[in-house]
Amino acid sequence: MSSGPLLELKDVHKSFGPKQVLKGVNLDVSPGKSLVVLGGSGSGKSVMLKNALGLMTPDQGQILFDGDDVTHDQGKTREAMRARIGMLFQSAALFDSLTVWENIAFRLLNSDGLKRKEAKERAVESLKQVRLGSDVADLTPAEISGGMQKRVGLARAIVSKPELIFFDEPTTGLDPITADAINDLIVEQTKALGAAAISITHDMASARKIADEIAMLFEGKIIWRGPASEIDHSGNDHVDQFVHGRADGPIQPAL
Amino acid sequence: MSNASTKPKAGVPNPLQWLGSATLGMLAEIGRLSIFTGKTIGASFSPRWYPAQIIRQMIAIGFYSLPVVGLSAVFIGAALALNIYSGGSRFGAEQFVPNIVVLGITRELGVTITGLMLAGRVSAGIAAEIGAMRVTEQIDALKTLSANPFRYLYAPRFLAGILTLPILVLIADIIGVMGGWAVSTMGLGFDSTTYLRNTVDFLTWEDVTVGLIKAVVFGGVIAILGCYHGDKSSAGATGVGRAATFAMVGAAVLILAFNYLISTLLVDFGS
Repeated sequence: MSSGPLLELKDVHKSFGPKQVLKGVNLDVSPGKSLVVLGGSGSGKSVMLKNALGLMTPDQGQILFDGDDVTHDQGKTREAMRARIGMLFQSAALFDSLTVWENIAFRLLNSDGLKRKEAKERAVESLKQVRLGSDVADLTPAEISGGMQKRVGLARAIVSKPELIFFDEPTTGLDPITADAINDLIVEQTKALGAAAISITHDMASARKIADEIAMLFEGKIIWRGPASEIDHSGNDHVDQFVHGRADGPIQPAL
Repeated sequence: MSNASTKPKAGVPNPLQWLGSATLGMLAEIGRLSIFTGKTIGASFSPRWYPAQIIRQMIAIGFYSLPVVGLSAVFIGAALALNIYSGGSRFGAEQFVPNIVVLGITRELGVTITGLMLAGRVSAGIAAEIGAMRVTEQIDALKTLSANPFRYLYAPRFLAGILTLPILVLIADIIGVMGGWAVSTMGLGFDSTTYLRNTVDFLTWEDVTVGLIKAVVFGGVIAILGCYHGDKSSAGATGVGRAATFAMVGAAVLILAFNYLISTLLVDFGS
């Protein structure tokens, strides 16, 4: 592994028709570090994440993974990159035609060619790490609660021991207690793997808990970045308004 | 000239502009559908395959369509026999009921009815399922887990479509002919043995194969239209609902168009 950043976005632009969503995003995360990107509704957080993952291609700019330009990678090289990355989707995005354990072991079964017995053992082990018992392994995603789905999504993201994990609004739609438990699990599991993490959220409690560093995305650009401990003394009006959740200030509420 | 004069006033659409943008939109749609079809066929005939998914889809598309296909075929065959008997009796041609029923069913009605019923049952179903997967980010999740949706989702449905439709059509043909036979022997006074002998003697392999070639094409159309509209489904219940509607209507229209086209190409009009 190179000593530079694990993932780097350089001057990334993305538009949809006339609407410019990303207007030159520069961002990087070092191995083992947790970066949280804050941003309001419609600030382009999800689009940024999809570009970083290669689910969208930037109109302009570069994505570097472990020093290699992966902006326009396709096929095998793209899959090789994704094999080193885990992703927890906002809605967990579990496959509802598969059982919980088949969801967790999806990559092990379909890409890594593990036998079903071995894959199931790995999946149950991963379930244990997110504090779920082996009794849920044979249920379908529709049979478990939203909080449990998030845990299963996390188990799926960590099962193949990735170097980088993306978290898309990991606490959205959860009650504060469940959200806190998910935050704890995220910190615990990324630390245990020594993985880097990029999370996007608008939940300040979550950001404070899981971030080493915080960046703020506003109108398609990163307008502030600093250590998590400085978030209350950023000296930036936009960040202050967001941190304190005020409707008045430089950021107009997205109504 | 000011900018305002080139734009139609709000609420008063310029018919030429509407026609132009509709034409461009349609061409773009045909282009996108063609690329999607090419990618799906490419993924279907090259490794890697997901056998468990193919079998699952063959059961969903083929096996579970048996009741609807069987019921449609028996009623169509019965109605066809009644109409041919009534029409034929005007010029003393009632005895041709078995011949025309078997020809009509194997060449046209068996395969068209099966195709149209499955455009509703299967194409709309696939579009709704894939559309729901799209809007709940399951398709993105597949990609992040290094699975190509064309290989994991679309190719199995396409292969199941082109493999099971011919079998369903063969079954529809048999049940349709039996529907005609039942009405003719029970209601129209035909002798059962003579009816069946006439049917079998008149039937040629070509009649059946024309239907089966159509079935393969229709199976592909049904699967691809469902996958295509599901894949580009927009968010929300309306988006998924529209995907299902477009898939069903598109598949039905394409089936009728291909039916005519294949008939033109394959039916021997010579003496």
